[in-house]
Amino acid sequence: MNRTDAVAAGRELGRRLRERDLTAAPAALNLIESRAPNAREQAQELLVELSPAALGGEAPGHVIGVTGPPGVGKSSLLSRLVAEWRRRERSVAVLAVDPSSRRSGGSLLGDRVRIEADPHDKSVFVRSTAAGDRLGGLAPATRSAAAALAAAFDVVVIETVGVGQSETEVADVADTVAVVLQPASGDVLQFLKAGIMEVPDVLVLTKADLEGPARRALADLNAALLALGATGTELCAVSSVPPPTGIDSLAEALEAHRAKLDLPARRRHARRRHALDDFIAEHGERGLRRLGGRLEAQRWLERQEADLDVPTLARALEARAEEPR
Amino acid sequence: MASETSSPRLPEPDRPWMMRTYAGHSDARRSNELYRRNLEKGQTGLSVAFDLPTQTGYDPDHELARGEVGKVGVSIAHRGDMATLLDQIPLDQMNTSMTINATAAWVLALYVVAAEEHDVAEEQLQGTTQNDILKEYLSRGTYAFPPGPSMRLIADTIAYTVQHIPKWNPINICSYHLQEAGATPVQEIAFAMSNAIAVLDAVKQRVDQDLMGSVFGRISFFVNAGVRFIEEHAKLRAMAVLWDELGRERYGVEDEKSRRLRYGVQVNSLGLTEAQPENNVYRIALEALAVTLGRGVRARAIQLPAWNEALGLPRPWDQQWSLRLQQILAYETDLLEYPDIFEGSKVMDGLVAELLEGAREEMHRVAELGGAVEAVDYMKAALVESHRKRWQRIESGEQVAVGMNRFTSTEPSPLTAGADGGILVVDPEVEAEQRAALERWRSERDQLAVDEALETLARVARDDGENIMPATIAAARAGATTGEWSQTLREAFGEYRAPTGVGDAVAAPTEELSELRGEVERLSESLGRRLKFLVGKPGLDGHSNGAEQIAVRARDAGMDVVYEGIRLTPTQIATSAAQEGVHVIGLSILSGSHRELIPAVLDALREAGAEDVPVVVGGIIPDADAEALRAAGIAGVYTPKDWNLNGMMRDIVELVAARHGVETAVGA
Repeated sequence: MNRTDAVAAGRELGRRLRERDLTAAPAALNLIESRAPNAREQAQELLVELSPAALGGEAPGHVIGVTGPPGVGKSSLLSRLVAEWRRRERSVAVLAVDPSSRRSGGSLLGDRVRIEADPHDKSVFVRSTAAGDRLGGLAPATRSAAAALAAAFDVVVIETVGVGQSETEVADVADTVAVVLQPASGDVLQFLKAGIMEVPDVLVLTKADLEGPARRALADLNAALLALGATGTELCAVSSVPPPTGIDSLAEALEAHRAKLDLPARRRHARRRHALDDFIAEHGERGLRRLGGRLEAQRWLERQEADLDVPTLARALEARAEEPR
Repeated sequence: MASETSSPRLPEPDRPWMMRTYAGHSDARRSNELYRRNLEKGQTGLSVAFDLPTQTGYDPDHELARGEVGKVGVSIAHRGDMATLLDQIPLDQMNTSMTINATAAWVLALYVVAAEEHDVAEEQLQGTTQNDILKEYLSRGTYAFPPGPSMRLIADTIAYTVQHIPKWNPINICSYHLQEAGATPVQEIAFAMSNAIAVLDAVKQRVDQDLMGSVFGRISFFVNAGVRFIEEHAKLRAMAVLWDELGRERYGVEDEKSRRLRYGVQVNSLGLTEAQPENNVYRIALEALAVTLGRGVRARAIQLPAWNEALGLPRPWDQQWSLRLQQILAYETDLLEYPDIFEGSKVMDGLVAELLEGAREEMHRVAELGGAVEAVDYMKAALVESHRKRWQRIESGEQVAVGMNRFTSTEPSPLTAGADGGILVVDPEVEAEQRAALERWRSERDQLAVDEALETLARVARDDGENIMPATIAAARAGATTGEWSQTLREAFGEYRAPTGVGDAVAAPTEELSELRGEVERLSESLGRRLKFLVGKPGLDGHSNGAEQIAVRARDAGMDVVYEGIRLTPTQIATSAAQEGVHVIGLSILSGSHRELIPAVLDALREAGAEDVPVVVGGIIPDADAEALRAAGIAGVYTPKDWNLNGMMRDIVELVAARHGVETAVGA
């Protein structure tokens, strides 16, 4: 494919997503995940097509980060949540980031198994990626993927595993962060109290069918949130075993958070973080020094226009780093 | 000269064990004819093989049943089918073993109702329901419900039979399938014993404590025997020691006879080869020695596989050949004339001690994890790991498989030269017939009575305090179907997906593997994304051991592997392939349903817009079918004779490279 064709192909996919053509999602992600030079160029074109400037505002989809320690029942919960969103006629994309080992370079992406959805339903999209070298963190392409899918899907979920680090990373991408816990996750409570973990927008307690332990865990979490002065955090107790409970109020809580959020500010912040991270990934500490250090770079980014997309911001940073000083 | 009293012989030769053949296919009528012929040939008990829809609780007209009806066993959808299956078989004398697990309570109920129709009271019935769910999670894959409710169903059937069908073996704790999944002898012993503990502890909650002695006495095992038959025999002696100990110490069983290890056996299929399949006859004979040589732990019932298991389904003649082996062993040899020939053997005692030590350690580990139910993830991962090591030994030649990785030059086998390729092919019309018959059954029964019975069943299912059996028998009597019974319970209990066990340890790279990684890396660079491979198991076949080994090896070779476990519909597989953006798809089917399911997957891929993704297929696939699959667009067909996994991985790299116009060094 020559350059003009590549540009056109990327734009075409971007246009289809903008027009909420959900069948464009797999091809769009194939591009966004690719490191081949040709594909990267196409991916940039695609993202520009979906920038706030091109959309005339922020992408309408609700980007939700769902994270928590392994084994707390995130996938069962997500299966129920997806069903609830479908009941509300929302289209849903799930980006499952798998933390599995990279020693061989390969990975086993198993998360998808556990999110049950009707395979005939074209409005549910699930894609799994390996976390790559960034243990417990996001796959390199996840941010771009979430931004792109938010133009087409009503809800975009980024699912990650871990606690202490992953919710911070997810917070840089998501409009709303939900941390999922189960009764007797004592260490998480400690992390919260000690400030190792940022207070999420929504705390979800699974396995609420375990009555005694669940009640105690709810009381502990409430007390911790109160002590931290985190009055804005919604606490939801859910059970995924039949009959499931609490799923609808969780969906409500997520939506309520989004409704009272200054979305443009959060998205703008996310794009600037993303552009700076991309710049550092490409040019390293040396590049950062040329920008006058991280803080200076952040200040400079804050002075840029609000609706600039990530590739444009990254290019602007590169241009600035080249300026003689 | 030895006196009469110190004769090394038994005063009277022992009676032979019960001889069975694991049999059943198509519908109840055809299977009934087969059973009656087998009994005429001197078989002394029945062993019923059910098809996968019956085993997993789906009616023949369910989407997931497609291609599977009557394939690996007989389709039994209601009491009418059961009555036909048992026609003219004397149920008051017959000893019937049924390989049925998730739906064991239901099939037992159908058997009880069929007996009623023969005027045989339930207390006269003799037989076995396999009814072991943990090994389904670990190896065989025909589970339906989550662990908690499944353990309740098991406990309920045990509690019911101990009181109402006292000669019934309500559960066979299976170590058989653990060995098929790669278990070492130590793992086989330890996981089976831990499983038994979990079952007994669950029953303890649900029966009168006075009954625990009889409960313990009714628990039997279903074991495996591999070709290393000396060690395999030691394994059984070790199990007998542990079982006696458990009965005495953990459950306070005073009657020594109740603490005796009772087991049935099917000898190893894992070691049977597709290459030079006639050699399997010798393997089977040696394996049969493992479970018969020592009188102290001799099998109560034996069924032997057929020589052609790695090729496809055995024909009646193949099964007859295996039955004759048992008869020669029992009636021609002097095996049954002696007391335990290993008594006092230092070698045997040493082997037993070694296995006991390892097994106790492993049982302790499972107990520390909270018992067998809680330790399913651990055990599954351990089995996948053992199996991987086993494959590596075979690939490196360290473990010899005659005719497969050594002594491979051969004359063409006349056994497979016939028009049928030496296997049984199930009439493809069976599925349509069964669907039509089911529709008739539904239209002719008393619907009101069925609805009422299912409503009661649903209520009992939600009430943990009540035994499920009476409501299940009532539903069977009213004419409910296998799918309806299961669906009612699925709604009450929820569904479950077992762990795949493939998430854990990465292999230490051999030289060959490192080379392969380099190739995958290079190809991934050219593709721009890491080579992404979907491993799928369409249909109801739960034998996932092969698929798991492929997934693990592909991961070790550096691929991103999407493996979603068993029991997927063609649409689910196609949807994942499209959404995940995979470069290649590998499908595994061992149930013989490839002729229906593979084309269905290709259709679904077209519908999902992923028709460009190349598909390879692995399984028990006869040559004629392989050709048809290639003609339909399948890029590669692998059978048990393709045991070199690295070779398969290289093929996959080449295949993807060719499709994307990338050159590789692999072929060079």
